[in-house]
Amino acid sequence: MKPAAFEYIIPESLDHLLQIKAEHGDEAKPLAGGQSLIPAMNFRMARPSLLVDLNRLPELAWLHVKDGELQVGTMTRMAELQHNPTVAAHVPLIAETVPHIAHPQIRNRGSVGGNLAHADPASELPVVAVALGARFRAISASGERWIPAHEFFLGTFTTSLQPQEILLEVTFPTRQDRTGYAFAEVARRHGDYAMAGVVAVVSLNAQGQCDSAQLVYLNAGDSPTPAVTAAAMLIGNSGTPAAITAAAQHASMEEIAPYGNLHASTEFQRHLARHLTQQALKTAFERARAEFLPHP
Amino acid sequence: MSTYFGKRIPRNEDPRLLTGQALFVDDVQLPDLAHVAFYRSPYAHARILSIDVSAALARPGVIGCYTAQDLGDYWSPGPLLVSPPPTIERKIFHQRTQVPLAKDKVRHVGEPVVMVVAESRYIAEDALDDIWVDFEPLGVVVDLEQALQTDAPLIHEDLPSNMGAQVIQEKGNYETAKAQAAVIIARRIVYDRGPSVAMENRGVVAQWDSRTQRLTVWDSTQAPVFIRGGLAAMLGLSESQVRVVAPFIGGGFGPKIMMFYPEEVLLPWLAIRLKRPVKWIEDRQENFYATTQERSQIHHCELALTQDGKILGLRDEFLHDGGAYMPYGLTVPLNSQANSLGGYIIPNYYSEFKAVFTNRTIVTPYRGAGRQHGTFVIERLLDHAARELGIDKAEIRRRNFIQPEQFPFNNEIIFQDFAPLMFDSGNYEPVLDKALEMIEYERFYREIQPQARAEGRKLGLGVVFYIEGTGIGPYEGARVQVEASGKVSVATGIGTQGQGHFTSFAQIVADQVGVRPQDVMMVTGDTDQFHWGAGTFASRGAVVAGNAIHAAAQDVRQKILHHAGEVLEAAPDALEIVAGQVRVQSDPTRSISLGKLAQRANPMRGAVEPGTVPGLESTNYFGPRYGATAFGAHAMIVEVDEATLQLKIHKYVVVHDCGKVINPLILDGQIHGGVAQGIGNAFYEQLHMDENGQLLNASFMDFLIPTALDVPHLEMAHTETPSPLNPLGVKGAGEAGAIPVGALFAQALEDALGLEINEIPISPQKLFELTATAEALA
Ligand SMILES: Cc1cc2nc3c(=O)[nH]c(=O)nc-3n(C[C@H](O)[C@H](O)[C@H](O)COP(=O)(O)OP(=O)(O)OC[C@H]3O[C@@H](n4cnc5c(N)ncnc54)[C@H](O)[C@@H]3O)c2cc1C
Repeated sequence: MKPAAFEYIIPESLDHLLQIKAEHGDEAKPLAGGQSLIPAMNFRMARPSLLVDLNRLPELAWLHVKDGELQVGTMTRMAELQHNPTVAAHVPLIAETVPHIAHPQIRNRGSVGGNLAHADPASELPVVAVALGARFRAISASGERWIPAHEFFLGTFTTSLQPQEILLEVTFPTRQDRTGYAFAEVARRHGDYAMAGVVAVVSLNAQGQCDSAQLVYLNAGDSPTPAVTAAAMLIGNSGTPAAITAAAQHASMEEIAPYGNLHASTEFQRHLARHLTQQALKTAFERARAEFLPHP
Repeated sequence: MSTYFGKRIPRNEDPRLLTGQALFVDDVQLPDLAHVAFYRSPYAHARILSIDVSAALARPGVIGCYTAQDLGDYWSPGPLLVSPPPTIERKIFHQRTQVPLAKDKVRHVGEPVVMVVAESRYIAEDALDDIWVDFEPLGVVVDLEQALQTDAPLIHEDLPSNMGAQVIQEKGNYETAKAQAAVIIARRIVYDRGPSVAMENRGVVAQWDSRTQRLTVWDSTQAPVFIRGGLAAMLGLSESQVRVVAPFIGGGFGPKIMMFYPEEVLLPWLAIRLKRPVKWIEDRQENFYATTQERSQIHHCELALTQDGKILGLRDEFLHDGGAYMPYGLTVPLNSQANSLGGYIIPNYYSEFKAVFTNRTIVTPYRGAGRQHGTFVIERLLDHAARELGIDKAEIRRRNFIQPEQFPFNNEIIFQDFAPLMFDSGNYEPVLDKALEMIEYERFYREIQPQARAEGRKLGLGVVFYIEGTGIGPYEGARVQVEASGKVSVATGIGTQGQGHFTSFAQIVADQVGVRPQDVMMVTGDTDQFHWGAGTFASRGAVVAGNAIHAAAQDVRQKILHHAGEVLEAAPDALEIVAGQVRVQSDPTRSISLGKLAQRANPMRGAVEPGTVPGLESTNYFGPRYGATAFGAHAMIVEVDEATLQLKIHKYVVVHDCGKVINPLILDGQIHGGVAQGIGNAFYEQLHMDENGQLLNASFMDFLIPTALDVPHLEMAHTETPSPLNPLGVKGAGEAGAIPVGALFAQALEDALGLEINEIPISPQKLFELTATAEALA
């Protein structure tokens, strides 16, 4: 369990970092919190010849709300997302979800960008990003571009980042009026990758009827998995138990495609997803309705 | 006369351990140290056609690569560590023990094939990638039942089948008993376990000193004395040339017993050959394959009872997974055979097991060592019987308990120590009653469960009973010495892996010698300090070493009183020892310190009487006639989320009796740790293997062990039924916590969900399957 030999560079600046990426491409692996990369190297499943350490560039770690978005620098630690009151106030879904990611020690080191770039289909934050319609800012020596969340995740451990690019920033839309957000998952032990999990977002019109809905699942395919038809089934509904049950049934049995693993068979994952969807939708509708009440 | 025995004293060793000052094997740093890594078989079963290490040898920093061929005469299968009891008549045993490096064939994934030594562990691991072994894969045997089919591939080709051993033990006549029974409860029961996942993996550092011609081995072993003798013999050295040190060890649990693991045998050989110190530290991935573990047994068992729930007889036929080799004989299945009798009067018993070779890691004792399997069998059968007969589950146990006046109780079968399975002492009912009281048994079934059910919540209660054979022979020894400083040094041969020996043994000595436990300096597991004894295993440290230390300390006390009597001109029995001073009871102003007495006992000038033995020192030994049997009950209330099948343990109660308690704090710790491992076994830990013998979860990512969040607060109580077999009246407690947890979970989950559970581990996935089956049947 010792990594194969590698070179290690602390870039002096973002430009320097991008130069290194331009020169070495995929062989130069950004080292963020190291919580996934280092174990993979110790198992020799990853053998990068060069590690570029992002930890010493202060310009990569920041967080603020601007233009109706929560904007987060790639090296912002997950613990920061969890505890910063700005996050809870403007994107409560994130604050609700992050405690489910691993354990405090790992969240202290693990970064937002590292978590997203790792693109584990069982991971929570990518699901949140897709459900909220987050945008990813990729940068390379030759320029930068914005990638919508649903185009960022291409498959297991695969993103649309190019070999010369790094992820610089991710932005999440802040909370909308009359909208309820909820997250639910089941893991074998707290902090484990979940057997099943879902983000539910529902927006209500002035009459209290759903005018848009999102259901996105983790561990239900190669990347964050939306259940578009099930979500559409809720449009026009006020969140009746029957509608929620029907949507949960459709999403879990027809739309998602969990692979099954050592801890949960496909059938069990579907069973859990159905239950979690009901729970999350119920909460999301309640929260959306609560939005009608005057703010305290 | 016990100032310290029985007291809740914080541990002497903790400051060292908690501040990172304790020495573990990996802390041993020596000049010029070289590092070892092993090329391990990627196949579960294959013939080795050829091995090419030339590329590895060419890599800069590689010092050497060794195959079985290179070991010459040193290559030999390891010793049989425990022979099957000669006292059992109906048995077959085919001795097949592990080899240091695989020669013609590999028999499990992870079996070492090539040893690489290099300037660093990094280089050594790089070199593993350079090694080319041509394997011819063979058919793989992982399933216990398939292993015995006639067309199964043979793991040891010189044997007629994969059956490694067969033992039949019988008492009374089961078939006759069955004919008289009102009910027969017959089940197929599967009990699986996994690796012990000690926090510290194994490790060996070996150093040969050419100038003193001595070999020193730091080894994460539970039994350094055995290892020293064995290594000396294998290497052709005098025992006095070999020093084995078992320093602090981060958890032993059985697999670190005197195994003569390949690494343990190879590193000393290599150090002598290279004339350079060498180190190997097992990594977690290796540990999943290379350190012994426990696994499955499949039992076909039946219990014959009268209408009022009295057991007439038990029949149990089981298969035991031994792994690729069986160096530890039959200890594990023999313990299962013993524990299937529980603490109950079972007049007629037929038990037959076959130990089976499989293409898997070797099975040897791990905390509980087969007792879990046996306990599960009898406790499950009793639960099913209670339901069938309409008898309360606590009551059916009560009706069958061995009664206090029946001890010593002869179970009329042979135990792992070759002696008849005798229970020295016991008083079972109070333990059960206390557990029922603490868990509020009556109230649970009267109020709590019905109310929960009315709210649609699934609450279940479990209560199970178990026995633990502990403190077996042969013997241990110790040397106790009062030094000129007035402090006391004690050495014993057993190793220490977290049991608190530095405190509990110090308490025993302190009471005899009249000092504080902090003034007792313990040395364990260093053969230069003490080289007699067997080791720390089978919950025997406190019983066997504890009583040896007690005996030596008593001798020293006599010497102290004798010398002091001369100085103070008083009869020895008119003296007392208080706070390091010996004084005349009737006139405490007449006193002398222990330090002064120690100096007097070791004169530097002048003449002594012929035959004088110097020092306030004694070496003494203790060996019990047979083991002391501890017992206890666990009870738990658990809630199951019907949708997610996640558990929440509302209350967990342990009532335990291990005779006289030396230090209740340490005892609580032992029970806590045991229960945590038991919960792991019951609900989290499972080795998943595919049909090719590849382990699918050889990391903590997927091999789940309970975390602090998954282990509930324990409520504990103790009763004390002293063992008549040793002067201290103690029994072992090391394994107790882990033994009944599987049986407890099965019963409590059954109670919550109304389905039948005959296997461990259980998991949300398994519960999902069982509920689906139950629904399909309904
Ligand atoms: C015990 C344990 C439990 C865990 N449980 C969970 C869980 O429940 N849910 C969950 O989501 N995760 C879990 N994780 C994973 C953890 O969240 C991730 O390791 C972490 O989010 C990755 O972030 P990091 O900063 O450590 O990235 P690193 O490990 O440093 O990097 C991960 C990958 O992303 C690449 N990368 C990093 N930053 C960038 C960038 N800016 N641009 C391009 N590529 C980049 C790296 O090169 C590497 O390939 C767990 C991890 C552990 C060890």
